[in-house]
Amino acid sequence: MIPPSFTYARATSVDEALALAAEHGEDAKYLAGGQSLLPLMKLRFAAPTVLIDLGRVTELSYVRDEGTYVAIGALTRHHDVATSELLLADIPLLAHTAEAVGDPQIRHRGTIGGSVAHADAAADLPASLLALDATFVVRGESGTRTAAAAEFFKGIFETALEPGELLTEIQVPKPASPSAWSFQKFNKRAIDFAMVGAAVQGAGGQNTAVALINMGSTPLRATAVESALANGASIADAAALAAEGTNAGSDIHASKAYREHLARVLVRRALEEASARA
Amino acid sequence: MKVELTVNGKGVTADVEDRTLLVHFLRDVADLTATNIGCDTTSCGACTVLLDGESVKSCTVLAAQADGRAVTTLEGLAAESGEMHPVQRAFHEEHGLQCGYCTPGMVMAIVSLLKENPSPTEAEVRTGLEGNICRCTGYHNIVKAALAAAEASQ
Repeated sequence: MIPPSFTYARATSVDEALALAAEHGEDAKYLAGGQSLLPLMKLRFAAPTVLIDLGRVTELSYVRDEGTYVAIGALTRHHDVATSELLLADIPLLAHTAEAVGDPQIRHRGTIGGSVAHADAAADLPASLLALDATFVVRGESGTRTAAAAEFFKGIFETALEPGELLTEIQVPKPASPSAWSFQKFNKRAIDFAMVGAAVQGAGGQNTAVALINMGSTPLRATAVESALANGASIADAAALAAEGTNAGSDIHASKAYREHLARVLVRRALEEASARA
Repeated sequence: MKVELTVNGKGVTADVEDRTLLVHFLRDVADLTATNIGCDTTSCGACTVLLDGESVKSCTVLAAQADGRAVTTLEGLAAESGEMHPVQRAFHEEHGLQCGYCTPGMVMAIVSLLKENPSPTEAEVRTGLEGNICRCTGYHNIVKAALAAAEASQ
């Protein structure tokens, strides 16, 4: 399969990328690692007429200690997030989530910003970033703004990014107890997207964050589980509420009821694992 | 557009359509056909090559994205004398192939894996090969070959 025809344009800096986007308008699309966009184009689910390749915008590839938070350049590859000593020590949930994406070849190309901007409800990293209360830094023609993860994901493949805007950095607060994390994903083959997944940061009780993958059109916080834990519920009792407030779909892989069952099981396992690690 | 790659140490330059995939550049322009096209959907790993020394699926990389960079295919592994690369020799000795279709991708994925983790456990080899599918299900000897190659390279 070959993608539909497009014009290839290469940016070597953020300024150049924004200028190319302004020049080509809404028919243009940014290309990061291409591990989601190119397969979609081959299947004709996407047909941008201009691709703005960000692969050489090296200024956006970094993992930086900013004291209370870690700043990650949007073009940092999954492989580099997964092997970052800073993240493994201070935010292991994020490093291990990156390690769970796709397979080694995909992790050598795919980027954290690409995954966030693509906003697939079945993707791994958006859910963990939601659990970690990440902030996304966005640049556009009119300047820089930030958006909280909780307000960023709007729908299937839909985000708060305006046309031409570029996600440049992801800021992740360091959790109080970094070791109290768990990432659970249920899929049929190792490389498949999650049928359902759960990301947990916290050891139960107050301030435990629980996010769900593929239980609606965006990654979701399991707020019923979080409130129950904050009010002293046991892990088993809290996890039983994991499907509350979700809107899972039915498809060839799983029915809505099965996904709800998976959410309850995976959240329980994740809470147990995070508590054991704390 | 004009694309210039270093493929197995040699420069290859061609004018290609912007949408040309790296795997097509390697097979149709550079005339290196060891790299197979399998699923064509970033799943099976048959098209795995090294891009600046790291494994990638060449069906999901544009030739334009690889412009100016170094690509290694299976043809580039053996020494000029013809002596096989340790991973190739291990596949031969451990009978790490059945029909052979996945083999070029498996070998390249293992070369990349051993570069990142020179002494993997069996579990690490199996996880490290999660992006490569063997339709003959001949995984056991492929894993044995990877472990043998790691040992031989120590």
